[in-house]
This record gives sequence, C-alpha cells and structure tokens, in this order.
Amino acid sequence: MTRQMTGAKMVVQALKDQGVDVVFGYPGGAVLPIYDEIFQQNDIRHVLVRHEQGAVHAAEGYARATGRPGVVLVTSGPGATNAVTGLTDALMDSIPLVVLTGQVPTFMIGNDAFQEADTVGITRPCTKHNWLVSDTKNLSDTIHQGFHVATSGRPGPVLIDIPKDVQFASAEYVGPEKARTHHYQPQIKGDIEGITDLVAAIEKAKRPIFYTGGGVINSGPEASRLLRDLVAATGIPVTSTLMGLGAYPASGKSWLGMLGMHGLYEANMAMHGCDLMINIGARFDDRITGRLDAFSPDSIKAHIDIDPSSINKVIKTDIPIVGDIADVLGDVLEVWKARGGKVNREAISKWWGRIEEWRKVDCLKFKQAGPTIKPQYALERLEALTKGHDRYICTEVGQHQMWAAQYLGFEDPNRWMTSGGLGTMGYGFPASIGVQMAHPEALVINVAGEASWLMNMQEMGTAVQYRLPVKQFILNNERLGMVRQWQELLHGERYSSSWSEALPDFVKLAEAFGAKGILCKDPADLDDAIMEMLDYDGPVIFDCLVEKHENCFPMIPSGEPHNKMLLGEASTKNAIKEGGAVLV
Amino acid sequence: MSPLKIKKGSSKHSAYNLRPQFSDVQETHTLAVIVDNEPGVLARVIGLFSGRGYNIDSLTVAEVDHTGHTSRITIVTTGTPQVIEQIKAQLGRIVPVHEVHDLTVEGASVERELALLKVEGEGEKRVEALRLADIFRANAVDSTLGSFVFEITGAPEKIDAFADLMRPLGLVEMARTGVAAMSRGT
Repeated sequence: MTRQMTGAKMVVQALKDQGVDVVFGYPGGAVLPIYDEIFQQNDIRHVLVRHEQGAVHAAEGYARATGRPGVVLVTSGPGATNAVTGLTDALMDSIPLVVLTGQVPTFMIGNDAFQEADTVGITRPCTKHNWLVSDTKNLSDTIHQGFHVATSGRPGPVLIDIPKDVQFASAEYVGPEKARTHHYQPQIKGDIEGITDLVAAIEKAKRPIFYTGGGVINSGPEASRLLRDLVAATGIPVTSTLMGLGAYPASGKSWLGMLGMHGLYEANMAMHGCDLMINIGARFDDRITGRLDAFSPDSIKAHIDIDPSSINKVIKTDIPIVGDIADVLGDVLEVWKARGGKVNREAISKWWGRIEEWRKVDCLKFKQAGPTIKPQYALERLEALTKGHDRYICTEVGQHQMWAAQYLGFEDPNRWMTSGGLGTMGYGFPASIGVQMAHPEALVINVAGEASWLMNMQEMGTAVQYRLPVKQFILNNERLGMVRQWQELLHGERYSSSWSEALPDFVKLAEAFGAKGILCKDPADLDDAIMEMLDYDGPVIFDCLVEKHENCFPMIPSGEPHNKMLLGEASTKNAIKEGGAVLV
Repeated sequence: MSPLKIKKGSSKHSAYNLRPQFSDVQETHTLAVIVDNEPGVLARVIGLFSGRGYNIDSLTVAEVDHTGHTSRITIVTTGTPQVIEQIKAQLGRIVPVHEVHDLTVEGASVERELALLKVEGEGEKRVEALRLADIFRANAVDSTLGSFVFEITGAPEKIDAFADLMRPLGLVEMARTGVAAMSRGT
C-alpha cells in the first residue's frame, strides 16, 4: 500500500510513528502547512511557547525527565535563530532533540527572502547533525533518520529544515521501519579486554572511586540500576558531576556528594587522593578537573564512554572502554563476579576512614542567624518540605544552581534538569514547563536566581495557558550572584554591572499573568510560605529575598587542583592567582 | 610505578600505545576520510577544524564513487599526537563520515599532488626553464612566445623544489591541487 500525502501531513505522521505526544513550538509563515495539520488531529499536543528559545529548553526538560527525545517546531529565520542557544545547550549536555524548522520555498532559497536564514549553516556547529530537505520524497525518511541520530550513541540535538513548498508537495510516506539508519550505528558493546583490565584494577585497588556523569542518566534507568548494584557489591565510594546527580541515590551509603568547582570537600579530596578513578559517562570537564597537571596525580584512570572522542581528550586514560554505560556496567559486573567478586576490603575500609575524616570538615555548614534568609537555609527547608513528593527539580544558572546541587538530594535519575555544559541562564523556567508536560501530576520546582529567571520570564504565559503548576522558587539576592562572587574574589570588589536594579515586584508580576505570587523575607515565615506554594494548584512565583552577599562555597579557585579548596570567606584572600584569573 | 599492575599510560588498549603520550612534538599526518557526498559535508569537516582550532595544511575532495555517492577527503594536518587522535575521533563523530584512515600511521603510503606553473621569460631563461622542466618530468601544457604553463605531478616536496627553481626564471603564477594519498600494497 502506498501512502501518498503532503509533506506537512508526513511531518505529523512521522512524529506519531515515532511515539511523539508533545511538540513545543511557535508558528510562523514558513511552517503554516504543518500547523494546519496539527490543528486537524488530536494525538499530538502542541505547546505554544512565548519565545523559540523557551521551546527548545522546554523540549530539553521533557527529554531529560522522560529519556525520550524532545520535539520542537519553529518557523524560518528568527524562529530558527532563536533556537540556537537551546540547540547549543542540548549539544553540550547530550540531550536528544528533534527540531523542525520551516524554511522559505526552495526556489527562493539564497535570495534573501523574507524570514530567510541559512538555518543548516547557522546550526551546523550546534547540532549533532542537520538536514535541509529539498524534496518531499525524502522528508519522512529524513525525519526518522533524525530521531535515530538524536537518540543513538551519544545523544544530541538534530535539526531538520523544511522549505514551505516541500510541505505542500505530495510524495509517498516511508515508515520508521524502512528508514535509512544503518550507516549510523555507534558502538554499544565495550571491548572485553578493557573490561577485564578494569575488573583487575578494581580487585586490587586500595583507594578506588567511581566518578559518574550524565552518561549514566542518558544510558537509561538500567545503567543507574547497574551502577547501584556495582557500588553496593564493591563498597567503592561514588561521586558525580552536576549532570549525573540521581544516578546513585543521595541517601546511598557510598555517596560522597557532587564533585568539582563547587563540589563537596570529601568528594574532591577523594578524587585527588584515589589510586583508581573509574569515570563512568563523564568527560573530565574543566569544572571537574581544576588544574590539569595536578589532577588526581597518583591514580590509574579508567574511562567508560560511548563517545570515543571523549577518551583522552583532556586527561590521559589508562583503561579506555568505548560503549554504552548500561551494557558495559553489565559486563563489568558479570566479569567481576565470574572472577570471584574480589575487592581489597581492608584497604577500602581504611580508605573510607580517610573519607570520613574529610567529611568531618562539614563543608556545607552554614549558620542561619539574624533577620535575613540564607539561600542555603531556603534550600534546606525546601528539601525538608518536599522530600516525600514525586519531585522534579530544574535550575537556572549561577550560585543558586550550585546550592541546589549541594543542598537538595536526588534519589533517582531523570529528576534533575540543569544546564551544565553551556551554563545557559534562562534554561530552568522553560525546562520546568517541559517537565510538567511530561509529568502532569508531579511536583516540578525551578530553583532560580532572579536574574536568570528574568531571561525567559515570558514563559509565564505558557505556564498559565496550559495550567502547568510549575513552582518558580526564586532565591532573590538582587545581584548576579556568581558574577558578584567572582568580582569579589578576582576583581578587587569592583561590582561592575552585577547589580540587578529595577527588579519587578514578583508577586504583582505573577498576578499580572494570572498566577500566584508569594513573597518571603523572614526566616520565621519560610516554612509556611513554602507550604503555601506547595498547596497551590497552579503556577507560583516564590520570591524569596535572601542574603545579598552570600558566596558559594566550597570552591576550587580557578587554576588550582582539587586539594586546594576554599571552604569559606576566611580563606578567600588572594586565592586566585594570575594564571587562574584568565580562566572562566 | 603504581601499586597496581597496570603501568600508567601503558595499557595495550590505550590509543597512543606506540608514541609518547601527550607529547609536545608536532607531527604531520595525512588523513583519508570517506564521506557521503551530501550537501554540507565539506563544511562540517572544515567547520570542525576551524571550530576546534586544528590546522589544515592541505585539503582535497572529490566524489570517488558516483553510484554510492561517496567522496574521499584527503587532509594533511599538523598537531601533537593527542590533537591528531582528537581530530580522528572528532571526524568519526560526524554522521556522514564512514571511515577515517590515518595514512601516516597505517604503513607506507603514496602522496601525490598536481600543480600548474606559469613561467614568463625570454632567451636563456626560457631555455633553462624548459631544461629543468624536463629533469622534473613536468610537461608544458601551454606555450606562447613569452610564456609556458608547466604541469607537474609528485610529492609536495618535489613541487616545492620545482617552484623554487622556477622562481628566478620567471614564475608568475601557480595553482596546486593539494595532496591525494593512498596506502601502499593491499
């Protein structure tokens, strides 16, 4: 049976065949035929955002909370260029997205037509792959390929640019089973020799550590389960990057907390002092390693990653294993058990003793005193009052993001959406919308700073229109807090443009959009205010006025290694040297 | 020596088992990259080099299989061993890239380049240019009373040497194709 249909109908049919239930988008001249098809069906819901950047971040939030690719539909020209930040964000954090853009008709391409942009040219470096479809007969095949590429291997965003005449013309529809996907088949199975080397190293190691990353989450729930099994069986301590939080539960016995620039003291000291580092789906990012020549100097380094280019990119790897995390961890467990399930228990128990000493430093301690709410206290109370909930947390970027990673506990994967690699302010609010679309009954909180939040505040319209009860928990210090912190440490306390002047009244702002606003400035009122936020069935802006000059600690100053952490205000004088000052 | 049996950096599975790791020595490698001949594929390869700050010494590209629509891109690049490995891994990530061969480490290879050189002159210089062209097995593919266009094929060094000799004899213009390369034997 041949199925002739228009390109626009093909788009919708292909999305249905890929199991898509939600599309985030914004219409415009070059995608009107597709919007017309969306109007005439009920299987796929379309969420009208208020800015295309919001559509992409919402799709990222959806993808991270479900493990399925997020889908975006925007128009040509400005629609496509507005999507660029989100695409770059998704590429850096390996989030599967399929972004469909309209394009001017093929016969007008290159003529500087109205709302024309070289979309595939502009997005080539910020997508995993992209296509300009110039003939309707290739359209459905290309969309299926797009889903395949976005979700196979190391996930990432793909973009498919569809000229308007291609949407109008008719051709035969090709289903997903017949699409050409054979040429892109990344390696899933880890090399058994590497796995055996790793198991041998685990058996002998005296001070081993698991350093896990977003790859564990991306690999799927099975990877997290196997990681937990492996940690439980070996008793090896585990730390994680910002991206990997939740793969191992925060309440787990072997959990050290997050590592890196604002990671926990015990996690970073253990990374520095270990003799076997097992990197599982992380990429030795510069927020993690600190100074490279002093990074974990005495350890053998094993690295499991699905992307061969991550291996030996920054840190020399002794035991490289290319493969999917779940597959490789399964094999590691199997080989380890087959060889007798040995570890050096005595040495590892001594290693834990040292870790407990570092833990006693209690690097996250703070004192809530006086009439002002400490941001750490706000998060501690948020954690306590939401712990039992079916909870998803998003963040914006900055101090609040680091505090959220430090003070909130994540028990499961796909519960934590934050912009890690690109550090995109304005990510969290639209992401929370995407998460709530995926999980309508869940509690979705976006921990935000007031400055980041304002970057995509237009999405209040979306939240209200679709009755998405997202909670915007804004730690308002009236500062660009992280910028201010760096200016204090690095630029002689000259606070150049890091003061948010003329902030809106967030309660009135919420009300103007038809949502609820809550203002809280007294520590004594905090619990009641948070409960009021949780009890309200609808979107809430929670304006939490916090201490204005609080700095985020612990901190590895730029240009320093893991064992040179700053633990508090007292240690900050001249902490960053000339060499570190050029780093970001 | 680490207390563990595996010597750091010496794993037989390591990507650089044969060369000093993370060394600062600059090496020149010739890569043969087999790609789908689809729009934008060359832009992806070039964008990768510019975006990540790698060098391109020479680059040639043409479709080599007209039915299968595959092209062969030959890239000569310079970098430390770590950078060369990264370049290969990054090229391998590009979706329409099928194979990446490092001809420099995969055994002996043949490298050839074609160049056209226009030499203007009269009298003794003209005669000398012709004589040298003969020694280099360059062909005169165009001649007027005041000029020759020579075609020469060979390794890039040979073309460099020929151009150096032609310069005092009136070399006014040169066009080079860049290197095409292939491994020797089967």
